[in-house]
Amino acid sequence: MKAIPVIAGGLVVMLVLFPLITVWRWAETGSSFSPADWAALRFTVIQSVLSAGVSCVLAIPVARALARRSFWGRSVVITLLGAPFILPVIVAVMGLLAVFGQNGILNTMLAAIGAPSVSIYGLSGVLLAHVFFNMPLVTRMILQGWVAIPSERLRLAESLGLRGWARFRVLEWPMLYNILPSAFGIVFVICLSSFAVALTLGGGPRATTLELAIYQAFRFDFDLGKAAALAMVQLALAGGTAMITVFAAGKDPFAKGLDSAFSATTLAHDGRIIDGVAITLAIIFLGMPFVMIVGHGGGAIFDLPSSVWWAAGRSIAIAVGSTVLCLVFALALARRWGEVIGSAGIAISPLVLGSGLFLMIRPITNPFDWALVITMVMNATLSLPFVLRILRPQAESIRAEYQHLARTIGLGPMAWVRWVLIPRLRRPIGFAAGLTAALSMGDLGVIVLFGTSDHATLPLKLYQLMGSYRMDQASAAAVLLLTLSLGAFWICEYWGRKDA
Amino acid sequence: MKHLTLAAGLLMATSVVAQTPVLSVYAPDYFTSEWGPGPSIEAAFEETCACDLQFSPGDLLPRLMLEGPSTDADIVIGLNTDITKKARSTGLFAPHGQNNADLDLPIAWTDDVFLPFDWSYVSFIYDATRVTTPLKSFEDLTILPDDQKIVIQDPRSSISGLALVLWVKAVYGDKAADFWARLAPHILTVTKGWSEAYGLFTDGEAAVVVSFNTSPAYHIVAEGDATKKAAIFDEGHYAYFELVAKVAGTDQPELVDQFMAFVMSDAFQSLIPMTNWSYPAAQPVSDWPEAFAALPAPSKAVFHDENTAAALRDVAIEEWRSVLSQ
Repeated sequence: MKAIPVIAGGLVVMLVLFPLITVWRWAETGSSFSPADWAALRFTVIQSVLSAGVSCVLAIPVARALARRSFWGRSVVITLLGAPFILPVIVAVMGLLAVFGQNGILNTMLAAIGAPSVSIYGLSGVLLAHVFFNMPLVTRMILQGWVAIPSERLRLAESLGLRGWARFRVLEWPMLYNILPSAFGIVFVICLSSFAVALTLGGGPRATTLELAIYQAFRFDFDLGKAAALAMVQLALAGGTAMITVFAAGKDPFAKGLDSAFSATTLAHDGRIIDGVAITLAIIFLGMPFVMIVGHGGGAIFDLPSSVWWAAGRSIAIAVGSTVLCLVFALALARRWGEVIGSAGIAISPLVLGSGLFLMIRPITNPFDWALVITMVMNATLSLPFVLRILRPQAESIRAEYQHLARTIGLGPMAWVRWVLIPRLRRPIGFAAGLTAALSMGDLGVIVLFGTSDHATLPLKLYQLMGSYRMDQASAAAVLLLTLSLGAFWICEYWGRKDA
Repeated sequence: MKHLTLAAGLLMATSVVAQTPVLSVYAPDYFTSEWGPGPSIEAAFEETCACDLQFSPGDLLPRLMLEGPSTDADIVIGLNTDITKKARSTGLFAPHGQNNADLDLPIAWTDDVFLPFDWSYVSFIYDATRVTTPLKSFEDLTILPDDQKIVIQDPRSSISGLALVLWVKAVYGDKAADFWARLAPHILTVTKGWSEAYGLFTDGEAAVVVSFNTSPAYHIVAEGDATKKAAIFDEGHYAYFELVAKVAGTDQPELVDQFMAFVMSDAFQSLIPMTNWSYPAAQPVSDWPEAFAALPAPSKAVFHDENTAAALRDVAIEEWRSVLSQ
């Protein structure tokens, strides 16, 4: 039983490091870092820290409100919290600009009341976009923590008459201390590799990130040595952050309750107004871009040519494959060191990873024949960090709680997973699977490097439409992509919540 | 297991097709997509060649360099003049074998390796419902009102962005940094690639975008929309050529020569305007579709040969970056 996590960890390390080393060795020498590269590094770190910080701070009141209020449509809101994160970047940028851009709703409203217009381009735009993507993810992670507070504890706190600060210190702070560092870490790592969003909303080359430098080194200078060196810096930043945040986090603070499912009837009576405001603002902020996207392209969705629908089918197949693969790895790696290893997946530049895989596969077989399989494996690797962040805390508690018992009755590894782990992890597994499926649906990833015309996925079709001036059809394809991603997400979540 | 069966099936299928010779053509993704010129070019060539033309889309130069001399490509189509120096230095390409005098271009073409198959002028495209005074020079861009912003592409990640920076350098020389400083307040933002920028423009977020002077043809022909116009500058416009080249190590030399001759033929050239939304490279204006012949065009072409482009590139990009970073 010990061997499985080690093997899985080894495979992930190989999957990330071998391609990187291959690229490094293939390139003779890379040119040295220029002042522009250092500026990019500085901006990358600053925007990632700020994005992660703001996302975490804003997520707390929203998660708290959702945890202790029950209202009509609550489960829909919770499901939709997954939506921004899984939006393909190009679609998200369009949606955000339709709300906050020059001609967006916000500026139209400001103009109507005679107020001066606001421009979001700059660091504020970068933060806005990154908070839009990641704050809901953090909210979900914290919400999981809130929901996992044993109901006995809540009742005990209630009967002791703990209110406000005392209640927060005893019940909520230990939980936040367990979850927040790792949530901060994951958002930081995600934002490290941001490129197109940061540049577009950052308003220009001020907002240059390391990933852009990698892209430039790879595509324009064809300086693979430098691309690999930059990728290494990015990986080290991500790995270091993951290590610090994972091990700085507090332990799961609660002894198990009676292992009963959480009941939605929460016990807080105070803070109704604050909770209402938090939820309303979150819904408006996160929802408006979606309304704009759907309003823009929804009408033309059934006029899309059949090739787009075939591409959608291919994207669904990739999503299913990636999800299964990712979950297998995640269940094996759901421990602290596993989370550190898994973080590498998101931090490694897809271009460098893709080129490395290309160089590795080419002597054996034609990489283009395996484009879809490679995409599947890479998507699984990319999602692993989120999935581990979501599964690990509860998986560890379950192990702590039941492993001894399982050993006593001689439960084998398969039976352990089947009868102990999965039933108790159902909720987080559903959520994690939903994220993975939706993310791989929307990921353009290496298909650009490995793509062949017969293998086009839906995001690639979207880009092709844009590249040939068909912006309206591209908007329709974006709505289709959004629908499929959300659909996949909803199905997985539903499975997770069913009879839980 | 299922996948293996599938793979085996595909293998068998390819070995049956392999009876006819295969011409492998590497091309950019937009070129081979069903909305690009690829499919109609494939059909037209296969009518005459008794062969199977297979497009292989993706990043051209990075992929060729990764593959090296053992590449499967016979032909590479869709390169552009600003990266030919690097492409040439790989030694992977052979002379194109066509007569450069048959080309119909705004400049005299002397390259015997890279052959242009289409071209256009890099231009600022504006929304004429918002920008009501026609823009006649770079300086006109620097006096646009605040609600008419420009979106450009990043020269470090986009080929049209790079062309813009080289164009400005050609017009302003040592004063390029000074021009960027004056343009900076009018730039809404900088995008990773052409698609993102053009999307911001059609969504109305920006009133002006960097594209090509042939872009309005799409809106006129496909959408009946004549409000997207190319600003024609007195200083002249950067000419942008797309190129095709022959891979030296090809195992199909005759087919490759046949394809290069096909590129120069009317059959190929006539497909270009309406599928790639650019000018054909080897056809007189009289043979162009009406919408293209009627497009406003500059009287003067600005062009850097590859050595000048390569020499200027790093300086021009760094100038652009440092001014716009302030």
